[in-house]
Amino acid sequence: MKISEIRDLLDAEVLCGADQLDREVTSACCSDMMSDVLAYVKDQGVLLTGLVNAQVIRTANMMDMHCVVFVRSKNPTEDMIELAEECGITVMSSRLRAYVACGVLWQAGLTSDTEDCDV
Amino acid sequence: MSEAVKFHFDVDGSDFSSAGAASVMVKKKLRQLGYPPEVIRKVSIAMYEGEINMVIHANGGTADVEVYDNEIVIILSDKGPGIPNIELAMQEGYSTARDNIRNLGFGAGMGLPNMKKYTDSMEIDTRIGEGTTITMRVSL
Ligand SMILES: Nc1ncnc2c1ncn2[C@@H]1O[C@H](COP(=O)(O)OP(=O)(O)OP(=O)(O)O)[C@@H](O)[C@H]1O
Ligand SMILES: [Mg+2]
Repeated sequence: MKISEIRDLLDAEVLCGADQLDREVTSACCSDMMSDVLAYVKDQGVLLTGLVNAQVIRTANMMDMHCVVFVRSKNPTEDMIELAEECGITVMSSRLRAYVACGVLWQAGLTSDTEDCDV
Repeated sequence: MSEAVKFHFDVDGSDFSSAGAASVMVKKKLRQLGYPPEVIRKVSIAMYEGEINMVIHANGGTADVEVYDNEIVIILSDKGPGIPNIELAMQEGYSTARDNIRNLGFGAGMGLPNMKKYTDSMEIDTRIGEGTTITMRVSL
């Protein structure tokens, strides 16, 4: 699935990395615990989260992820967006709640690739 | 043998918002040096977990990364409280972190086991009341 499709499905606003919307991602994960993302995520290209701090972006960078989606209309700070830009990560914000956002993406074919990832 | 490439960082323990910044920097440098993505991922995840630990458990410290021909060595050193029981701390799920840390997305007790998983060797030298030095190696 292209990152642009994620934006459309989640009716999300792209906050940075709009130049990467054509990038293909094959799986996603969702967590507010960065510890769990670091420990259990394998090759998920997308992170959905309700947590807002710089460590979300840094964790995504460590895991070689391409896209971070903040759910429930949470908005990252300017510093976080700048950091994401440096790391080449597309950041968007969706008004959907985590459970719904995951359901929508899953139904559209973006699954998790591993049962370990907590959704 | 070529000269080792070395990076040194002071990790600020008073400012959580900067926690993990040194690891982001190392990841960028290793990419510029052209190391394979799998190696970079191992080094950066292990270092990141250790860097966050120094901030949340030890009030900061220093991080050194030394890149040799055959391995990358990560040395994380702090003057924190030390780890009373290493065996216990190494268990998945063991954490002394409080709710304020969990609200920041950490404190699941997964960091130390993850550091071991992603590196080829890990040594913990810790003294109660004096501090902890963790040395990790990733073979190239
Ligand atoms: N540098 C350190 N100094 C003192 N204690 C430490 C240090 N690193 C880890 N510990 C102790 O070991 C425990 C386990 O560490 P570990 O990294 O596995 O989990 P955590 O940091 O609590 O949670 P997570 O890593 O999942 O966010 C910590 O809760 C803490 O008590
Ligand atoms: Mg930890």
